[in-house]
Amino acid sequence: MARINSVAELEELRKGILSKIEPDKPCIAICAGIACLGLGNDRVISAFEEEIRKQSLETKVDIRATGCHGFCEKGPIVVIYPEEICYLEVTPEDVPEIITQTVVGKKVIDRLIYTDPNTGAKAVHQFEIPFYKNQSRLLIGNNPKINPKSIEDYLAIGGYSALAKALFAMNPEQVLEEIKKANLRGRGGGGFPAGSKWETTRNAPGEEKYVIVNAHEGEPGAFMDRALFTGNPHLVLEGLIIGAYTIGSHQGFIYTRHDTPQLRENIDIALSEAKEYGLLGKNILGSGFNFNVEVHLDVGIFVSGESSALMRSIEGKAPEPRPKYIRTSVSGIWNKPSNLNNVETWANVPQIINNGSKWYSSIGTERSKGTKLISLSGNICNTGVVEVPMGTSLKEIIYNFGGGIPNGKKLKAVHFGGPMGGSIPESLIDSPLDFDVLSKLGTSLGAGDMLVLDEDNCMVEVARYFLDFLSGESCGKCVPCREGIRQMLKILTDITDGKGKEGDIELLEEIAGVVGEAALCSLGRSVPKPLLSMLKYFRDEYEAHIKDKRCPALFCKELKKGEL
Amino acid sequence: MSPTYEKADSGSGERRRSGKETMDNDRIEQILNEHQGQAGSLIKVLMEIQEQNHWLPREVLVKVSEKLEVPLSRVLRIATFYKTFSLTPKGRHEIHVCTGTACKVRGAQRVLDEVQELTGIKPGETDSDLKFSLETVNCQGCCSLGPMIEVDGKTHSKISPAEIADALKKYE
Ligand SMILES: Cc1cc2nc3c(=O)[nH]c(=O)nc-3n(C[C@H](O)[C@H](O)[C@H](O)COP(=O)(O)O)c2cc1C
Ligand code: FES
Repeated sequence: MARINSVAELEELRKGILSKIEPDKPCIAICAGIACLGLGNDRVISAFEEEIRKQSLETKVDIRATGCHGFCEKGPIVVIYPEEICYLEVTPEDVPEIITQTVVGKKVIDRLIYTDPNTGAKAVHQFEIPFYKNQSRLLIGNNPKINPKSIEDYLAIGGYSALAKALFAMNPEQVLEEIKKANLRGRGGGGFPAGSKWETTRNAPGEEKYVIVNAHEGEPGAFMDRALFTGNPHLVLEGLIIGAYTIGSHQGFIYTRHDTPQLRENIDIALSEAKEYGLLGKNILGSGFNFNVEVHLDVGIFVSGESSALMRSIEGKAPEPRPKYIRTSVSGIWNKPSNLNNVETWANVPQIINNGSKWYSSIGTERSKGTKLISLSGNICNTGVVEVPMGTSLKEIIYNFGGGIPNGKKLKAVHFGGPMGGSIPESLIDSPLDFDVLSKLGTSLGAGDMLVLDEDNCMVEVARYFLDFLSGESCGKCVPCREGIRQMLKILTDITDGKGKEGDIELLEEIAGVVGEAALCSLGRSVPKPLLSMLKYFRDEYEAHIKDKRCPALFCKELKKGEL
Repeated sequence: MSPTYEKADSGSGERRRSGKETMDNDRIEQILNEHQGQAGSLIKVLMEIQEQNHWLPREVLVKVSEKLEVPLSRVLRIATFYKTFSLTPKGRHEIHVCTGTACKVRGAQRVLDEVQELTGIKPGETDSDLKFSLETVNCQGCCSLGPMIEVDGKTHSKISPAEIADALKKYE
């Protein structure tokens, strides 16, 4: 493929790709997201390839292995175009029938489509399934249409048009203004306005500046960044290049997971394809703008997702955070100004540039704009990736998309943000998805991992679990974090073992207060959050463990004996 | 409701497999030569060697130190800081039990207890026959499959403690 040297050539290429597409030609899109892979979808894909060969349909039917479709609970998922018939829980044994009946015969196989477990109603198309209905899948909705290993599929849906617009129709100041007006807030946990962060880096002294994608996704229960980045790598890359142009950076880094081979592979392919087409490297699209990207791998410790630790890690050093008064936007990698954003934050950029900040800020709540990807997991019927406008109520997410709580159990709590987040009780689930509302309630939206807990979960045990996790994932550099977590963990372990003492809760609150104030980085400073939120809403459970030696959820082994 | 094949082992074939085979020195040399004198590539180099060899022998670390011109103390610090690096040989089969939140809520602890019982080793350990190594991992990103374990990169989803013995029987 020859490189593209102008917007006209880009549009020419796009036209060429679109003209090759035959709208009536059947295409089988098979989800190859991480959950579907775990369910053996590689065997489903081979079965399709084999059956197509057997029936000599190679020229008549296309196959597309795609990124995550979101409805992980029902994988492997297969969508048959052009009718967009959606089949769930497909096995290799189903494949010959799908080809003969549906692809060739144009008949729907009843057994493979979605059936509502409550009403028995059937849904033939993805958009009719309650899980998908009423979501706003602006970021992840294109996944079924894209082979993430092919830049052509991304170009076919309008990819890189925002980059062309930014480079040729806008100057960096105008792009920055648009991002600021859109009020795009960071999706990695803190919700910091992306525009002002970009501006700080842009204005920081020094010629050399860096832009970075944080694709570490270390929070247990968070899998939306992986789903988005693996499924549509060019979307994130396009956002990054636009950011680099705006900030005045010529070198970018992607910091990503070492343990997700499909993610690594798709990123590598996307980078080399973008380079080949002249969308990366020297003189991008003939604009005179140069930009390169390098991939770095995390090595399996949670703290390396923290901004300053991540930058140390890119330098090849141990990922130890440093005090926040030195801002990484001004002094980051090799002490050069470095702008770090989350995968989802970057992915929002192209649509803001394409549609304008006015359009973007019409979605969401007053201070939280756009849509948010949520990884929904725990005691929920439909585990998966959900994308909804900010402001959607938690109740809607749990019941409309999540399908409610399995096994007839009662909902007890919703936990956001993993070990650095907080829990809120069932009584507050009418609350909207909103950075500020959730943080006022004592939790935080975090990266968007929403853990649903039913009545069988012990809230003392959940807090103990998070501290246990953090004790292994803290870098150990500062004393309040290193020792504080250990002591809190010890007390909580005692409580779950039935050895809780009068005064333990107060002591926990005191240590939590010190760690929260004195720790070096946000990991340590967030340590108290899960615990304090639980003491706020579930204090009686802690007291029952200590005073009555009773675990109300009947979870703690040592305390079960005390039950009637 | 659950598909019938979900208990079967599966997973993408390209995931690494483990084994006792020692790494061929040519490959190490090749990795080191690619990064000669580049101290900033330390983590990348260790990672590549770990992925190929499944552990980092001391003599290899010494070589890394020399080639990349990084003090051995720093090589050791990085190699011991990150959980992904192992300074001891791994078993022929690596078992990863996910103890991420979603898997935990769905009973990962009982699964882990059972794996420990069957293999006689704790997380971080390798048995004396070098058959199994056991690790806990945090969220593999497929929470809908929990509780789940991975053996040599193959996923065993929605596994119950009772099914583990059967799942491990296949491995020699
Ligand atoms: C211990 C710790 C781990 C973190 N892990 C991640 C992560 O995996 N991904 C991420 O995007 N942000 C993570 N963050 C937040 C980052 O430090 C940073 O705020 C974020 O990447 C900035 O991007 P945003 O402004 O787009 O949200 C973590 C923070 C802490 C304290
Ligand atoms: S918690 Fe186990 S895969 Fe996510």
